[in-house]
Amino acid sequence: MSLFHVTRRSLMATGTALALTFGAFAGAQAQTPPGVLIVGQIAEPKALDPAAVTAVNDFRILMNVYDGLVRYKDGTLEVEPALAESWEISEDGTVYTFKLRDGITFHDGSAFNAEAVKFNFDRMLNEEHPYHDTGPFPLAFFFSSVESTEVVDDLTVRFTLNGPYAPFLSNLAYPTGLIVSPAAVEQHGADFGRNPSGTGPFTFGEWRSNEAVVIEANPDYWDGAPKLQAVVFRPITDANTRTAEMLAGGIDLMVEVPPVALSEFQGDAYTVHEQAGPHVWFLILNAKEGPFADVRVRQAANFAVNKEALVNDVLEGTAAVAAGPTPPAFAWAYNPDLEPYPYDPEKARALIAEAGAEGAQLTFFVTEGGSGMLDPIAMGTAIQADLEAVGFDVTIETYEWNTFLGEVNPGLEGKADIAEMAWMTNDPDTLPFLALRTEAWPDQGGFNSGYYSNPEVDALLEAARVATDQDERARLYKEMQVIVQEDAPWVFVANWKQNAVTSDKVENFALQPSFFLLLDEVVKN
Amino acid sequence: MTGYILKRLVSAIPVLLGITIIVFLIMAMIPGDPATAILGSYATPENVEKLNRDLGLDKPLFQQYIIWLGNMLTGDFGTSFALNRPVLDEVLERFNGTLVLAGTAFVLCSFLGVVAGVVSAANQYGAADKVITFVVLLGISIPSFFLGMMMILFFAVNLRWFPVSGMWPIYGDRTIGVLLSHLAMPATALAVVATGVIARLSRSAMLEVLRQDFIRTARAKGVHERGVIWRHALKAAMVSILPVLGIQAGFVLSGAVYIEIVFQWPGVGRMLVDAILKRDILLVQGGVVFVAACYVMFNIAVDVAQSLLDPRIKT
Repeated sequence: MSLFHVTRRSLMATGTALALTFGAFAGAQAQTPPGVLIVGQIAEPKALDPAAVTAVNDFRILMNVYDGLVRYKDGTLEVEPALAESWEISEDGTVYTFKLRDGITFHDGSAFNAEAVKFNFDRMLNEEHPYHDTGPFPLAFFFSSVESTEVVDDLTVRFTLNGPYAPFLSNLAYPTGLIVSPAAVEQHGADFGRNPSGTGPFTFGEWRSNEAVVIEANPDYWDGAPKLQAVVFRPITDANTRTAEMLAGGIDLMVEVPPVALSEFQGDAYTVHEQAGPHVWFLILNAKEGPFADVRVRQAANFAVNKEALVNDVLEGTAAVAAGPTPPAFAWAYNPDLEPYPYDPEKARALIAEAGAEGAQLTFFVTEGGSGMLDPIAMGTAIQADLEAVGFDVTIETYEWNTFLGEVNPGLEGKADIAEMAWMTNDPDTLPFLALRTEAWPDQGGFNSGYYSNPEVDALLEAARVATDQDERARLYKEMQVIVQEDAPWVFVANWKQNAVTSDKVENFALQPSFFLLLDEVVKN
Repeated sequence: MTGYILKRLVSAIPVLLGITIIVFLIMAMIPGDPATAILGSYATPENVEKLNRDLGLDKPLFQQYIIWLGNMLTGDFGTSFALNRPVLDEVLERFNGTLVLAGTAFVLCSFLGVVAGVVSAANQYGAADKVITFVVLLGISIPSFFLGMMMILFFAVNLRWFPVSGMWPIYGDRTIGVLLSHLAMPATALAVVATGVIARLSRSAMLEVLRQDFIRTARAKGVHERGVIWRHALKAAMVSILPVLGIQAGFVLSGAVYIEIVFQWPGVGRMLVDAILKRDILLVQGGVVFVAACYVMFNIAVDVAQSLLDPRIKT
């Protein structure tokens, strides 16, 4: 027993020493300093070069460091002037002439002018350009309609398109259209993404890999200096850890709060922000073969799925029920007369009986995660139950996201009857044009994986793309939505509401429908 | 001895070569490619093909492998698609993070595990043995990521003793003390299971030794009990404890993945998980090869140490 006695003493000594070493720093957790906003991001950014990145996570930083020629008006998805003061569109919709704002310089001191704009678009689009090798530029196809960019004079730049293309302006407002400093690209080459220079409200401070990206206020910003001194973006991949950091005061602003964690932030110490965005979550139905080749069965599926229960119970209210293929966030192009398919299992059963599809066996592709997919497994199982309740026999096949895309994008033929999908776009043209036209069937390089085809819809979408008048485009999109809802190529399920939480030290923060994070008006006490 | 070490090192070469082939083939065979992962919703066949060409992924597999291997032998591990920086920079930086975390955890679990095992054995079926056995079994049964989450909730969110995550604070000096306050929770969470395993196996190794004649001789010639246990018995038992420590070192290193994710620790495990999900081929390959090489080296070191301790093991 004497042995234990001695050992216990030494153990206790060791334990005390350990506790002292660790405990000495306990309680020394610094509060975040005033004037500095600490943002909990979902991942490490890839690069701070707007032409080279594709992730919303990176866009959240970029939108505060750069400006585009145009931008979305606060709280909307409508385009307003930014670095361009005004613009003119030719009668036939193929020539866009922008008048640039005078007296603006990049953060590195070089001048912003028409040459700089031309440099930006040539770098992305022209393989001969000396700095094209600073890519790859995966989203350059947003501007694939641009045939040439010309400098008319120092403050006038002209784009000539290879045909009328109405989404051009909103593509310019997208981060891929942000303008970078040519001098900085020339200086840093392929390392520009880690040495960014733009014209935005914040200048680049430092990037400590896997720890933080720091941006600092630009006191000379043309649209008014920001109220914050600096913003720190911290990558915190795990949603639970991000929530814990927010609760412990390690961050001031948290994006993409998991639905189940929202209840943690109900007190006065926090504000929960919500904003519906240009997102739609839907089920692709295989209209080429099997039971869903019959429009009545597709409609039946829309009646059978209890969308209210999905958004309220599975998603805890972080989404709204979708009525059609176009999200309401595109206010000008959305058809407000559209009512979502009501939850009506009786009607669904009647339609199925009419079509003679009782007891049809369905294969349902479900993903485990992925961009914009919300809670795909839980949603998939709830939908499976709804469909079985009206007499289908549904088998789920689950895939990891990249594998899932590899299965779904080439088309569902011979593989599945239903697949989950979600899209987030910046223009009402993008999703229907890429996923609902006859010419967008997978074998023609599109995303119409369910083989929907309606010549009327094709014609409307083609016409909307070449119309330069926004009211005319809106009329065409609204008409398209009515037809698509009736034809039911998809089960329209949900429009995601992006959320964020701020601490009580943060003021003037608002989420944007574009899902970008704009911080120049934000105050941190 | 030098000959033995050399022989072991040479025999590691085919192992490492095999690893490069396996990891290359796995990344080539799993569905989904980096271009699709980068483009996400916009992955049209046309865009994917162009991006693959830009990334140099349109060449035949065999050619890709030879280029990769050749570059690696000259120290060029390529550039990560997802992070846009040299693979080797990222791997070395992250490996440093993992070493700090896993190293601390390993020291912690080796020390506590062996001490607990010895105390248990010396008091077989006594009160100390029962208490230690209970605590140890409890520790082995709790998944480390769950323990980590509970520690965050209790010590960081409620008590605010420690920071929730990360290796360094955003502001302030980078002193050893600050590092320790960030290390305390992840290192402990990581060490718990290994401590339990080491304690159990040290206990049985010690019990075996304590039954042997030379222990009785030592006691008979009047060595006091502490000396018998800690000097004579433990030294003999170390021969069987050491390989356990070696295996647990590997376990701690691989278990670090969960802990790194929960505590947002900038380590190589979390890096690999992210890289696999993004199909960041070069980063996965470079990372795996690097970690495997370290693992092989570590095993050689353990074998060498063992042969030094026990002359019966042939060199």
